[in-house]
Order: sequence, then structure tokens, then C-alpha cells
Amino acid sequence: MLHPITTTHYLILSAALLLIGTLGVLARRNIVIILMSIELILNAVNINLIAFSRHLGQVTGQIFAIFVITVAVAEAAVGLGILIALFRNKETVLADEVDLLKW
Amino acid sequence: MLDTVFFYTFAIITLLGAILTITRRNAVHSAIALIISLCGVAGLFLLQKAEFLFAVQIVLYVGGIMVLFLFVIMLVNLDEAAKLRQFNKQWLLALAAVAAAGAAMFYFLRQGAPALRLAAPAASPSAEGNIETIGKVLFEEYLLPFEVASLLLLAAIVGSVIMAKKRV
Repeated sequence: MLHPITTTHYLILSAALLLIGTLGVLARRNIVIILMSIELILNAVNINLIAFSRHLGQVTGQIFAIFVITVAVAEAAVGLGILIALFRNKETVLADEVDLLKW
Repeated sequence: MLDTVFFYTFAIITLLGAILTITRRNAVHSAIALIISLCGVAGLFLLQKAEFLFAVQIVLYVGGIMVLFLFVIMLVNLDEAAKLRQFNKQWLLALAAVAAAGAAMFYFLRQGAPALRLAAPAASPSAEGNIETIGKVLFEEYLLPFEVASLLLLAAIVGSVIMAKKRV
């Protein structure tokens, strides 16, 4: 009944996680949760990289995952800094209330 | 056999945590669900014999980024936002777009599945441990990207401090 796990299983899981994260980015109003959804997307990418690193028997995928994590840290720090500045100036954390550039 | 059970356990933890993250009203609950999801991903890394990334995932994501998120949630007043509508007006369109993208992805994954069947896990790269291998590749082949990453982090530190400062 239980099939052995193939790389495809990991790819499907990674695709599902990516889609959940995308839905969070597109549909939520709260900026904190949008930033968390971006973390989910980056984790989906990491699962993909690790799965192929194992599949091909190379360690390069894991190196790239380290770089992805580095970029995720930088993105989270700057994103949350922007959020604090935004909250100080506009008293809101809802993405669709920040519409100064909207026509 | 045991691998299969572990894979499905971690996959369910990851996906349930992710779904809870994007559906909870309270941002602190979302953050805790995200921590659970990230721990599931860490388990998957361990299953894929990426021990170093398992440790990095726990220490950096769960210990670092998520603490940062929780601090910001407490700095920013989210009580009023929790009482309002949680999804924007285009949420139905977003759901449709995500469903379409998902259908396309699963179609192509099904097409490519035969080529990706992992008969036997490719022989482990070498006899030495995971961390040793990563260290050698990172500091020999990828030394320049590694140094550039430090520049990126420096820029991020300065940028986030300037953003969060009261007066520039």
C-alpha cells in the first residue's frame, strides 16, 4: 500500500506549499501575514532544492538553499522594518489601505 | 518503509501549518502555525540527509526569523486589524489563479514523474559527513557568492535599522 517515496513526492509537496504561500500573499490583507507567506514560498523552494540535491547526489542544491535562507533573513528584516515605519506613519497594517500610488 | 511514514507525517505537519498560517485571524496564532510548518520542513530536510540544513532551519528560521516576527507583532498594534475583514476583495480571483497554477503544475509533474523516479537514492556524494562536504564546496567553489551574501546581510542590517528608526 505504501509506495516508496520518490523525488516526485517532494516536488508535489513543494508545489502545494508554494501555492498555499501564493494564496496567502494574494488574498490576505494583513502585511505581517503576507511576509509570513513569503517565508512559506521560500521554504517550498528550499524543499525543491534539497530534493534535487538528493536526487542528483550533489551538494550544490544544499549550498543554494543556504543562500536562499540568507536572502530570506535579509528580506524578513527589511520587510519588518518597513512595516514598523509604515505603522508609525499611517497607523495601519492592512496592505490594501496603503494605496497612495494607486490611480 | 519507515521513510514513507515519516515523509507523510512531516508533509501533513508542513501543509497543515501552512494552511493555518494563512487562515488564522490572530497574527500570533499565524506565527505559531508557521513555526510548526517550518519544523515540518526541517524534518523533511533530515529525511533527505541534509543534516546541516536541518540545524540551520531550526536555529535560523524557528529561532531567529520567527522571534523577529513575534517581536514585530507585539510592537505593532494588530488588535484592530484582527477585528476587520481578513481577506481582500480579490480573494476569489486569487483563489482561481492559484488553482489554475496548481492544475498546471500537477499536470507537468505527472508528465515528468517517470523520469524522476528515484530507483535507489543516488550514492551519497562521499564518505565524509554532510557538514564537511558542504563546507568544502561552499568555501572552495562558492566563496565569492558567500562573501557577497555577507554584503547583502550588511545592507539589510543598515536598511532595517534606518527603516525602523524614529528620525533618520
